Amino acid sequence: MTVLRLLRRPASAGLFLSVLLLASLSAQQPKRIISLVPNVTEILFAIGAGPQVVAVSTYDVEPPEVRSLPTVGALVDPDTEKIISLRPDLVITYGSQTDLHAQLKAANLPYFDYRHGGLDHIFVTMRALGARTGHVDGAERAAHTLQAAIDAVKQRVAGKPRPKTLLVFGREPGSLRNIYASAGRGFLHDMLVAAGGNDVLSDIDRESAQVNTELILARAPEVIIELNSANRLNDADLKQVVAPWQALSTVPAVRNKRVLVVMGSGLTVPGPRVAEGLDKIARALHP
Amino acid sequence: MNIRRRIVIVVGMFALFTAAVMLWAPTVGSTAISLTRAFDRSIPWDANVDAQIFFVARLPRVLAGALVGATLAAAGVVLQALLRNPLATPFTLGVSAGASLGAMLAVTMRLEFGLLGVTSIPLASFGGSIVATALVYALAVSQRRGLSTNVLLLAGVTLNAFFSALILFVQYIADFAEALRAIRWMMGGLDVAGYTPIVAALPFVLLAFGTFAMMPRTLNLLSVGTDAAAARGVEVTTAQRLAFFSASLATGAAVSLGGPIGFIGIIVPHLVRLLVGSDHRVVLPASALFGASFLVLCDLAARIVMAPLEIPVGVVTALIGGPFFLWLLVKRS
Repeated sequence: MTVLRLLRRPASAGLFLSVLLLASLSAQQPKRIISLVPNVTEILFAIGAGPQVVAVSTYDVEPPEVRSLPTVGALVDPDTEKIISLRPDLVITYGSQTDLHAQLKAANLPYFDYRHGGLDHIFVTMRALGARTGHVDGAERAAHTLQAAIDAVKQRVAGKPRPKTLLVFGREPGSLRNIYASAGRGFLHDMLVAAGGNDVLSDIDRESAQVNTELILARAPEVIIELNSANRLNDADLKQVVAPWQALSTVPAVRNKRVLVVMGSGLTVPGPRVAEGLDKIARALHP
Repeated sequence: MNIRRRIVIVVGMFALFTAAVMLWAPTVGSTAISLTRAFDRSIPWDANVDAQIFFVARLPRVLAGALVGATLAAAGVVLQALLRNPLATPFTLGVSAGASLGAMLAVTMRLEFGLLGVTSIPLASFGGSIVATALVYALAVSQRRGLSTNVLLLAGVTLNAFFSALILFVQYIADFAEALRAIRWMMGGLDVAGYTPIVAALPFVLLAFGTFAMMPRTLNLLSVGTDAAAARGVEVTTAQRLAFFSASLATGAAVSLGGPIGFIGIIVPHLVRLLVGSDHRVVLPASALFGASFLVLCDLAARIVMAPLEIPVGVVTALIGGPFFLWLLVKRS
């Protein structure tokens, strides 16, 4: 009765409701997060939710803290039994894991459904995770830091001529077969544009494309960037890696020795380290 | 009509068609090029885009397509006669599964080695095909009663399934991007961007074709039955052994060059038989020629239909070949 009477007064009603809301929020704030998506794990640690993470996917290696955490499978082989047995109160899943979603729903476990997007999507994910895990401020800080690092690269290349660039992320070793390149949208395309390049495949409305030699000869890129997950290659190795391109010697990038290998394992992870990769690509494009 | 004349006329017509296809195919593509410029030797090579599109991007593809198509079709004819089974293909006896497993391992283990300019994936896939061939042969002769085609067939089919399971397992434990690349390899691709891989496959294919060339009469008799063939003086076991090894070797070389491009080995022989009858003296050369032109045309479709994107050529052979074959089958029966 007293409660009802109190609620008739707008001020106390407001106070009461916000107390309720806060209580429910802190009840919802997850304490045991399992992340099946490596780049989202990195984002969780960057916004300050790291201590809440109790298990990760088999592919997780960054940040180093995750290497001692239990693993619960990955994209195509999530270990549902183990996930449930770890009693998570939030599971980070990838959009295509529909079977897992059904199982989590059946087990009444909440999940955060993630899908890769463009460069800006990192910020969207950061803020959404901040709200979901109770780290709104941490997410905001991480987003600002990352934005500043990206803006610094963008500013450095602003006004410089943008070379027509082919961004290659896969190729059969020792040959020009099965070449995969970034196409007109998505994360890699955004990276290339932000780094001051002009994507030579920007008319292909896909995230990636398998390109044949005829297309490369016809498009005549001025720079070819090859992403290589190896961390260190010496000059002789590098020469050998790019040697097959000599077959396409009319391509300006080949003629002018601007087939560049950009090395590093975290280059293309859409997470807090993205500015490092961006910086490397920008330095290759604009030495 | 005199049989010899008939062979010359029919095979000649297939040869003309194949020659026409092979001359025409490199002139078309996703980009418009000037042939005069491509063949103008006064323009330096490093500045002649038309020449590089013609000689690097297109001509090797056409040659590789012709080589792979001819090999798979001829190997299909030989194996159908050897096993006396119209459903036999060059891939029935486990050769392609062995080759695929080899390629899969090279992709997922990131093997990077080369031999005489040939890279790790074709080498590994050729190695896989040799292992598969040796295993199937060892099983087929294990009962010491000559070469049993029944055991050959069953061992091949079983080995195929076994290798396929290994392929799935390797794929499953592989990194996501690598698994995807390995799957793409299995869809077939002929953008070889140079002549080295073709030259590397050529000796094995020529050796096999040399053997095939001596076999048409034997195949005619074998396809009736081994007893009938033996009664007519065929050294059955020797002939079977030759047919099996040459077909497997050629298939291994073809798969290592273009991937396991399906359908050609079964559809082309039957198509040719529907058109010219079942005499191997006609069917074998005509199938090789038609296999060549068919694969070159499919690869042409693969590179222009969705340009600038490509369709994997193995997808095209099945998409075009399947309905075409069914149409012909219904029309003829």
